Amino acid sequence: MATQHSRSAARLMMAPAVILLLGWMLVPLIMTLYFSFKKYLPLRGGDLGWVGFDNYARFVSSSSFWPSVQATLLIVGGVLLITLVLGVLLALLLDQPMWGQGVVRILFIAPFFIMPTVSALVWKNMFMDPVNGLFAHLWKAFGAQPVEWLSEASLPSIILIISWRWLPFATLILLTAIQSLDSEQLEAAEMDGASPLARFGHIILPHLSRAITVVLLIQTIFLLSVFAEIFVTTQGSFGTRTLTYLIYQRVLESQNVGLGSAGGVFAIILANIVAIFLMRIVGKNLDA
Amino acid sequence: MGQIQLNQVTKSFGNVNVIPPLDLTIEDGEFCVFVGPSGCGKSTLLRLIAGLEDVTSGTISIDDNDATEIPPAKRGLAMVFQSYALYPHMSVKKNIAFPLRMAKMDQAEQERRIEAAAKALNLTDYLDRRPGQLSGGQRQRVAIGRAIVREPSAFLFDEPLSNLDAALRVGMRLEISELHERLKTTMIYVTHDQVEAMTMADKIVVLRAGVIEQVGSPLELYHRPQNTFVAGFIGSPKMNLIEGKEAAKHKAHTIGIRPEHITVSAKRVKGAWPGVVGVSEHLGSDTIFHVHDTGLADVITVRSDGEVSYRHGDRIYLVPRMDVLHKFDANGQRIA
Repeated sequence: MATQHSRSAARLMMAPAVILLLGWMLVPLIMTLYFSFKKYLPLRGGDLGWVGFDNYARFVSSSSFWPSVQATLLIVGGVLLITLVLGVLLALLLDQPMWGQGVVRILFIAPFFIMPTVSALVWKNMFMDPVNGLFAHLWKAFGAQPVEWLSEASLPSIILIISWRWLPFATLILLTAIQSLDSEQLEAAEMDGASPLARFGHIILPHLSRAITVVLLIQTIFLLSVFAEIFVTTQGSFGTRTLTYLIYQRVLESQNVGLGSAGGVFAIILANIVAIFLMRIVGKNLDA
Repeated sequence: MGQIQLNQVTKSFGNVNVIPPLDLTIEDGEFCVFVGPSGCGKSTLLRLIAGLEDVTSGTISIDDNDATEIPPAKRGLAMVFQSYALYPHMSVKKNIAFPLRMAKMDQAEQERRIEAAAKALNLTDYLDRRPGQLSGGQRQRVAIGRAIVREPSAFLFDEPLSNLDAALRVGMRLEISELHERLKTTMIYVTHDQVEAMTMADKIVVLRAGVIEQVGSPLELYHRPQNTFVAGFIGSPKMNLIEGKEAAKHKAHTIGIRPEHITVSAKRVKGAWPGVVGVSEHLGSDTIFHVHDTGLADVITVRSDGEVSYRHGDRIYLVPRMDVLHKFDANGQRIA
């Protein structure tokens, strides 16, 4: 894009996409802000007028607000931790030459193609069911009392279900990054006397830093709004009510659009706080 | 100290035998160059010495100690890679310090060695930069710096200049030779460029398909190539190899004459070979003529004085210097 002419032509051609995306973002945002200042109960009188910051105050002072923020952060943090640690290890493993590499890699990505609702149902009914689940059978085989996963260990169970789905994504991105590592660098480090662990710490991990950042950011975006896994398993009970789920309950179960919209604005703020922290911590990895 | 001895070393990858049994001794302080065409096994040989590949059979000893089973880091050798293999996320200083850090050397000694290496390689001003901010030649020097600080018993160079442009290559060639003079450490250098081999080596090892064709000093190889392969590989432009009737006159299957040992004459001279000038390459100091229709070989290359000037298509006569004629038998081996 060197000349004045080509630059203005480029702007013109980008305009439709930019305007469309901007509208796509702005319309819901403005509507959310609009409703958040209203008392709006669709089944109980409809639009009952402006109420100022009432909805915000009620949403925050509700006893379920802070637990929901905590649950959200625990789920995001837990899944990130599991997928990144296991992702790096699995990527290292899959990078080793082995028989049937191509097939194994494709099989490995498979969970990511399964819809969240389906994967959560499969986990709930086939693995975690305290009577018929595979885990229950396994526990019984060892003479132990089957665990009621979704009520006794609800948050870890949901983190497990979500991690299972996102692990392949992390592994895939990390694997491509590992494959781009120059093998001469590892050999040079080996000649320089670096042990396998030192090679991992000094060469491989720094090389992966950018890929890890990408995984971290993308997963955070999607995990903050995780919904289906909770909806089909615990329905938000047993301490698994995330902010997203709380908003859903306010809007659809309590039929209070104003209150839910105020919650939506809080969710935006929370997402931005997380984003700012993340960018501060890892954003510099994306430069250079 | 850095005497390296290879004893009946072989290497196979699966069924492919890359290096048949091979014996070689590299003396302490020697600058030894492995040269050969691509895929001749010279890099594999270097990696065997480095320990980055395991030998299939045979032994490698360094200073009379069997090093065959010793891991690369413990062999006391340092290697400079073709791609330099610098660590991109570390500064130049950290790159150079890496082997010392891995050896858990004390901080003061590290600083002293890094400073000395940086000074020797003109890197002092660049210590805080990342490899990505350096030019090719500077990166090369960082790679050498990382090797020097370990004070190894021998340096291994794997085609270190092939990623540099022609002018820089000549400069780095001199720097490495200078470094060798200063350090007097054994150096093993792999290249496919016979000019690098000729200019830098104390000893050249010419390899073809994993087999050593000849070992000797640059001038030995130039004056007495043991076979037609070495004859054709060493020297630029290549030696003219002539078969058939003309060779039979000298009781040989093949005769070889270097381009610089032929003079060109416009007039018929006794014993001269007639020919037609094809492309001529003017280098200023010399002119290289490619002469066709001699009835001896497809093309005869002649190097003559830069002043001599013939045009494309001119008929000329080539006068070979018979005293420097190389004779080879039907197997390509040197006769007498």
